[in-house]
Amino acid sequence: MEDAARILQLVVNGAAAGCIYGLIALGFVLIYKATEMVNFAQGDIMMLGGFVAFSLIAKFGMNYWVGALLAIVITAAFGYLLDAVVLRRVIGQPQFAVVMLTLGLGFIFRAGAGITWGYDSVGFNTPFTNKTVNMGGLIVGADNLSIIVGTLLLCVVLFIFFNKTRLGVAMQAASQNQLAAYYMGIPVRRIFSLIWAISAGVACMAGILLSPVSMIDVNMGSLAIKSFAAAVIGGFGSIPGSLIGGILVGIVEQFAGYKLPAGFQEVTANVVLLLMLIVRPQGLFAERMGKRV
Amino acid sequence: MSESLLRVDSIETFYGPIQAIRGISLDVAPGQIVTVLGANGAGKTTVLRTISGVLDPERGRVMFEGKDIARMPPDQVMQLGICHVPEGRETFPFLTVRENLMMGAYTRRDSAGIASDLELCFNYFPRLQERQHQRAGLLSGGEQQMLAISRALMGKPRLLLLDEPSLGLSPLLVQQIFSIIRRINTEQKVAILLVEQNAAIALRTADFGYVLEVGRIVAADDCKTLMARDDIREFYLGQKEAGERGVRRWKKKRMWN
Repeated sequence: MEDAARILQLVVNGAAAGCIYGLIALGFVLIYKATEMVNFAQGDIMMLGGFVAFSLIAKFGMNYWVGALLAIVITAAFGYLLDAVVLRRVIGQPQFAVVMLTLGLGFIFRAGAGITWGYDSVGFNTPFTNKTVNMGGLIVGADNLSIIVGTLLLCVVLFIFFNKTRLGVAMQAASQNQLAAYYMGIPVRRIFSLIWAISAGVACMAGILLSPVSMIDVNMGSLAIKSFAAAVIGGFGSIPGSLIGGILVGIVEQFAGYKLPAGFQEVTANVVLLLMLIVRPQGLFAERMGKRV
Repeated sequence: MSESLLRVDSIETFYGPIQAIRGISLDVAPGQIVTVLGANGAGKTTVLRTISGVLDPERGRVMFEGKDIARMPPDQVMQLGICHVPEGRETFPFLTVRENLMMGAYTRRDSAGIASDLELCFNYFPRLQERQHQRAGLLSGGEQQMLAISRALMGKPRLLLLDEPSLGLSPLLVQQIFSIIRRINTEQKVAILLVEQNAAIALRTADFGYVLEVGRIVAADDCKTLMARDDIREFYLGQKEAGERGVRRWKKKRMWN
């Protein structure tokens, strides 16, 4: 018999890992909803964001909070330019072109990061590294806790932004009906680039939050595969769905690692995905109103 | 006619290799309602899309208040004061009615003016006020049309482009919407370019009419004169004397141009 503390421990660890998956999935979903493109370089943008934060904090000796904020801004600007300079050109091309382009960009980012920062794992000191918090007998790593709290805060900020601000509502409008948004005088192209900027910023934040748990290295972006599963589980189009899908994958993965023989942990995301596709192919939170043609 | 608000000057527009408009010119004076009639595929929607900048004409000019807007992107055209109510309404289905309306005023910064225009829209269409917190996708077709028109009004246009406002609505609702369109025109001094398949109501609402057939204008006149013409009455208003329509249609068609 396991004790309850053990199980809670696994849940918290899983939820923390799941939040990271969820944040990357959120980036997938934001871009997909707006432009119907799937950005397979999302995980690699997280990696770049992590390295930028590493440079600012560890190399230039910035304060953690200042450096993290600056890294998010830099990565967001990078996302904006990526859309404005590269991806805008493939709008209207077949989906396959977009898939190949973003996969290719991922390769370029990894190579570029390897050349710039090297292929060794790096890390920087955060206020959460190697600390624990005692919550009524339950010992939780401060790093894991910071991931969960950070994700929740980001969700609140994004929710307010998308529902209460003019720009956020315009982003929703442009995602729902591009042509009508043009007729309203909404600068749709700039809005789409801004959505890329938000996705990249969120990815960077995921990289920073993840850095105390696992180090930053060139291949950390490969966890985006699990995020992709999380996004599909959530319904690929739903923002809360992507986060809950991510947390689900994270928790199941933790339990699989604890209970099942070695190796199973790595495949659980895909097993959950397959089960979801069999039981509820539209995902957890599919928006079922469809587009009017 | 130098006092035109909008002057479309022999535009030709293509969808890829297919020419949808084969040289169309039309004028809209300030405060006027002008209608463009025509069957399916005549090119009516294409004319509006060319004006609002979604499509670029291959040749020809579109002058709005003396400025050539023919190759401008649609968001800039809108900022000049041309608001487009697209065919099939094209609301933002997951936004509330109120948010949809606020999107119509996206380019404006005068919050007092926006608030008073919102009031104005609710005045014209009280149904929208009742449903302002509902998602637009849950509205009925008629309510969505009201929303689409109001959303365009929120942009404070000097020229309103209306594409088939009667599409899919009950005859009673069509009457209501057109009487409000008339009121908007006289009360707000907005010029309207109205594209319609329902020729009877369009001719009764508008001041001046153009008849479009496969990309060309085949008739242009005051609506009263148009309504009195035999060919218009027969082909567009469905009134005919006795006789077999199919054969006569072909004979008569030849006589145009």
